[in-house]
Amino acid sequence: MRFLRSPRAAPFLLLLPSIVVILAVVAVPLVVSFWTSFTPYNLTRPATLYDFVGWRNYRRLMGNSDFWWAFGRTVVFITIALNLELLLGLGLALLMNNIRKGERTLRTIMMFPMMFSPILVGFMFKYLFNDAIGLVNNALFDLHIISRPIPWLVDGALANLTIILAEIWMSTSVFAILLLAGLLALPKEPIEAARVDGCNPWQVFRHITLPFLMPFIFIAMTIRSLDVARAYDMVRIMTNGGPAGRTELIWTLMVRTGYQNSQMGMANAMGYVSILLSIFFTVFFYRKLVAARSFMAGAQ
Amino acid sequence: MSGSRTIERRWQRWLIRAGVFVAMAILCIPGVWVVLTAFRPNIEVLARPTVWIPEIWTLDNFRRLFGFSSTQQGLPVAAYFTNSLVISLTSTVVALLVGMAGGYAFARYSFRGKGALFLAFMLSRTVPGVALSLPLFILWSRLGIIDTSFGLILVYMAINIPFTIWLTDGFFRQIPPDLSEAAQIDGCTRWQAFWKVEFPLARAGLASAGIFAFLTSWNEYALASQLTRTTASKTMPVGLMDFTAQFTVDWTGMSAMAVLIIIPALILTFLVQKHLIAGLTFGGVKG
Repeated sequence: MRFLRSPRAAPFLLLLPSIVVILAVVAVPLVVSFWTSFTPYNLTRPATLYDFVGWRNYRRLMGNSDFWWAFGRTVVFITIALNLELLLGLGLALLMNNIRKGERTLRTIMMFPMMFSPILVGFMFKYLFNDAIGLVNNALFDLHIISRPIPWLVDGALANLTIILAEIWMSTSVFAILLLAGLLALPKEPIEAARVDGCNPWQVFRHITLPFLMPFIFIAMTIRSLDVARAYDMVRIMTNGGPAGRTELIWTLMVRTGYQNSQMGMANAMGYVSILLSIFFTVFFYRKLVAARSFMAGAQ
Repeated sequence: MSGSRTIERRWQRWLIRAGVFVAMAILCIPGVWVVLTAFRPNIEVLARPTVWIPEIWTLDNFRRLFGFSSTQQGLPVAAYFTNSLVISLTSTVVALLVGMAGGYAFARYSFRGKGALFLAFMLSRTVPGVALSLPLFILWSRLGIIDTSFGLILVYMAINIPFTIWLTDGFFRQIPPDLSEAAQIDGCTRWQAFWKVEFPLARAGLASAGIFAFLTSWNEYALASQLTRTTASKTMPVGLMDFTAQFTVDWTGMSAMAVLIIIPALILTFLVQKHLIAGLTFGGVKG
């Protein structure tokens, strides 16, 4: 009781509500799902929650080709999407940096996709890329580029392409906005000095602008890697893993296993793999961010 | 020499403008197309050749959503919309208050295990919602708070608290502690000093934390789809997904619902867009 009145208790009391909420909604469920991943828990047979089967679920996952396909596709998907978003975002930021008139309006437009729910983006692209009535096919048709509809979401490879396009549309702005903020904060003197010394624009970009932007790039990457799993919403509404499992990502496979097949034990084992994947990406970029920041601090 | 330079410059300027124009068009067209669809009859969507600009403007799609149409039974969209609004606003306000207290503690006090605790908060945010939905589904069912607004509000608070802590910690650290100390010397309690001095200065940061929290809750699907069952707690994104299952070809109805989802987000973003970029970059760069 006396501790609660002492000044040392103040930060503890201030943090208590946050800690309680995170414990209740994140920490305890994680323990539950960790335990569940070692049981054959099935929603239709509640008693199975208390059977301990060791690593059986994980061993089965390791031998399951569907799981490995979904896992591999997820990693490839994240890698392609993040890289293209970075490149396009950087390009857009460099373009916007040269615009002086109406830049506030343009910046607001750039923020549009950030307000959209992933499920909404999924719906939009499902509609735009519909093979019979979609805007894309209609436009290509009217321009006489194609004579028969392209089966965007019906063909496996094209469906993956469409999903990546949707992902890029949704998240390129995050990169563009953060990198634009970086460009606006870029000190002018080193660039002028380099120009006077006869550097061409590419050399200026490569040796001055880019190193300065590095921390901003890694912030964007860290923020983005926090919610890569948003892709679940999009895939859910666009293809739900189809056609024939060709767009199945680890998240859609997990939901199918858990809720549709009621195999909660197995689904939670997949859940742990997906959590580790997310943590890996976030920590990877966060460490680069810390390194880039200390490099910048050293340079200043 | 100088003449060719200016021509080159002009060329460059036009190239840049063209590039920006193309990029903006790509960003705008999907949204514009959905809005146009929301106000046109279904025949136009299916028409060949394509009807680009609606020839008939109609509000029928919205009427249908709210059950004012005689031809088709309405979806409980009004209930979804209310649920979404109540759940998002409540979780945002509470997450802001709770997270602000946490951010203040991190910015102003030093205590044992501070770094580890901060890291723990941030790591809690990396857990994907889909993965978290499995154990939450099991737990919430047993606790009897599945399919309640309360259950979902609690979850969204937990999602938004870490980010709020991160942002407010950064903003409070920017405010020199001398200010509140001066106020305390003048006779304020620490509580009063906080509300009268530090809170007004941190308002910009709170605005951006608030809009991120609201957008996250308003747009969330993965958790809501598993933790809600009926109109008692279903939110708009879940309702939109239901639509695909019920009417496979009702593009106009879905577009109308999409418009309803985007409007509140749009209004809010315009209101505080100035703070948005500051909020995004701030915590990250200054560290």
